[in-house]
Amino acid sequence: MNAPSITTTAQTEAVTRSFDLGAAFKDALKTALIMLGLSIPILSYRTDQSGAELFLTPRWGLVAILCAIVFGLRLVLHAFTASRAYRQATPAAHQATEAVHAEPSAFQHVSRFAIPFFLGVALAFPLLIYLIQGGLNESRYWVDLGILILTYVMLGWGLNIVVGLAGLLDLGYVAFYAVGAYSYALLSTTFGLSFWICLPLAGILAAFWGMILGFPVLRLRGDYLAIVTLAFGEIIRLVLINWVDLTNGGAGISSIPRATFFGLPFTAGEGGFAATFGLEFNGMHRMIFLYYLILALALLTNFVTMRLRKLPVGRAWEALREDEIACRSLGINTTNTKLTAFSIGAMFGGFAGSFFAVRQGFVSPESFNFLESAIILAIVVLGGMGSQIGVAIAAIVLVGGPEILRNLTFLQAIFGSGFDPNEYRLLLFGAGMVAMMVWRPRGLISEREPSVILKERKAISGSLVKEGHG
Amino acid sequence: MEIFVQQLINGLTLGSIYGLIAIGYTMVFGIIGMVNFAHGDVFMLSAFISLIFFLILTTWLGISSIALALLIVLVIAMVLTSLWGWAIERIAYRPLRGSFRLAPLISAIGVSIFLSNFVQVAQGARNKPTPPMVGDVIVLFQGESGYNVALSYKQIIIMVVTAVLLTIFWYLVQKTTLGRAQRACEQDRKMAALLGINVDRTISLTFVIGAALASVAGTMYLLYYGVVSFNDGFVPGVKAFTAAVLGGIGSLPGAVLGGLIIGLIEVFWSAYFSIEYKDVAAFSILAIVLIFMPSGILGRPEVEKV
Repeated sequence: MNAPSITTTAQTEAVTRSFDLGAAFKDALKTALIMLGLSIPILSYRTDQSGAELFLTPRWGLVAILCAIVFGLRLVLHAFTASRAYRQATPAAHQATEAVHAEPSAFQHVSRFAIPFFLGVALAFPLLIYLIQGGLNESRYWVDLGILILTYVMLGWGLNIVVGLAGLLDLGYVAFYAVGAYSYALLSTTFGLSFWICLPLAGILAAFWGMILGFPVLRLRGDYLAIVTLAFGEIIRLVLINWVDLTNGGAGISSIPRATFFGLPFTAGEGGFAATFGLEFNGMHRMIFLYYLILALALLTNFVTMRLRKLPVGRAWEALREDEIACRSLGINTTNTKLTAFSIGAMFGGFAGSFFAVRQGFVSPESFNFLESAIILAIVVLGGMGSQIGVAIAAIVLVGGPEILRNLTFLQAIFGSGFDPNEYRLLLFGAGMVAMMVWRPRGLISEREPSVILKERKAISGSLVKEGHG
Repeated sequence: MEIFVQQLINGLTLGSIYGLIAIGYTMVFGIIGMVNFAHGDVFMLSAFISLIFFLILTTWLGISSIALALLIVLVIAMVLTSLWGWAIERIAYRPLRGSFRLAPLISAIGVSIFLSNFVQVAQGARNKPTPPMVGDVIVLFQGESGYNVALSYKQIIIMVVTAVLLTIFWYLVQKTTLGRAQRACEQDRKMAALLGINVDRTISLTFVIGAALASVAGTMYLLYYGVVSFNDGFVPGVKAFTAAVLGGIGSLPGAVLGGLIIGLIEVFWSAYFSIEYKDVAAFSILAIVLIFMPSGILGRPEVEKV
């Protein structure tokens, strides 16, 4: 028993020797002071309204707790970096090399099982929930959540074509989602077309809009492209709000026809889905059908993307992402490459949009604001741009996570009864995007890699060393 | 004619606010080539800081002179917003130097989402109205139809404060060591570092100055509209960025000029065409300028280096 304890004390002594406690303490204090400065007055006083007057409620307790947390974290960070520096200074040679080699293979190992596992869970999800919750009506909430998550998975995969594969940062992706949703809403309410005719039409229209908006921005790169797509997204939303004759303005379009099971409506009466198949009528049939519909659409998106990556156009997208100038000098038509990326990405956005319209039965411009674009972008970024499974996991965590947190009662016991994790959802999204860019710019869950690599990989990829507008 | 003159005054006031924000965009783009997407939210945050300090000064400390209160609020808001600008650069942008080209923009979008939701969580989602601060107007002349062309004290304060701060700032950039260091970094960061300029410090100071000017804009916005809410950063931010692009990004006089033009366009568009589409006008100008005239009015054409 004696021997190991001696080595550990020796180690900790060495760590503390290299770890200057006084300096770390001073630095942590400085950080806490900055935190204090940042929280004055925005955290320390809350403005509340009574009648027409505002009054202030001091919250110095909260500020004190936050400063203490920041102080503690900074101290822990110092201790951590010091101990890591110590370990790196005295490396065990064989361990270091092993670790480097073990990491990617371990990931590949996981991903080989992860994909069939996720697919299986997704396919069996309604059945699993039915068994767990013990009834169709009880599982409504979970199936609904599943539909929501899958919608974002699909949107994430669609945007992944533009951002992850082609490297074009599109901040207005929600515009195509809106085009899809409004195409279905308008076509079905004015011409009475069914969902199955409108779905491809919505995709085509969205792809068309992707082309129209793609044309003018062809010359732009990087930041400028992002800002212009943002402007287009906002213009489409503002037009939807203000063109009252066509879109009914901010009030939106309601009573959009529901989806049918290839012509069989989900109604209780004769000729409905339940009656035809000899089942007892239940509103959940429609929900489960919608679940499988969006699952099929999402898988289609994934399948098409995976196939396109292997086609010349997919290779061109990846080349464009890595280096546009080299791409052009090799004779790749960057115009066509960009336009196909925009329009195919937009098409899947359009599909998702028309699904959104048929699920909600109601569309309004407020569903398509910039924040929605930012959430989809956050999913793509946090999932690791270009990685399909990463985007799916990010969508589950970012969309499903807050919903699940809301139902955890112990959180309410800690933070008080009025605690709603959804309030903090976007706060965490924002912080998460920054943290991702700082620590793992190539994705938390997996790394995007070019599909083909000539000879061997360089230590640092070209896009990692570039900066600014390049 | 009376309406025209009145709208001209309103447009110039609004344009001054946009111009102040636009300087933050243009300086940051000039020095590190990134669009500081969070700048609009820094502006919104500063409006909240001003609002809270204004309430503290008037209700708790009982300062009855609005001018004095406004001056104190302006100074405090500048200091505190600068701290935010510094912290944002230190946490979210500095570690990304040398990362891939979209990283700073994505990080900036993250900061923007974080800031607006931080203010929402900390201060609530409702609009925050202030008691009317400066209500008096000077009637310049009366038109034949009985329409008064008025110049309010608010507008005078906004234009004067903007002009004074721009002069100070202009002096800072043109005549001081700091300004020279900044312009050197803008031209060639590596060379500047070799010649002994502390590049990190210079970039930090750029963010600090940008945030300080945004806080002036925030205080003026609060004074002008008398109401602020957590999502007020986005649209003015995009408009100010449009102003920076229109004036030629990287050019300081361009930012002010662009701000005034955008302010005038917005006001005249609302008055003579349709108020519903005023934001569409601003966004369209942004798209059109970026596509057809990316170097703006006073900017240098960008040379593509391989």
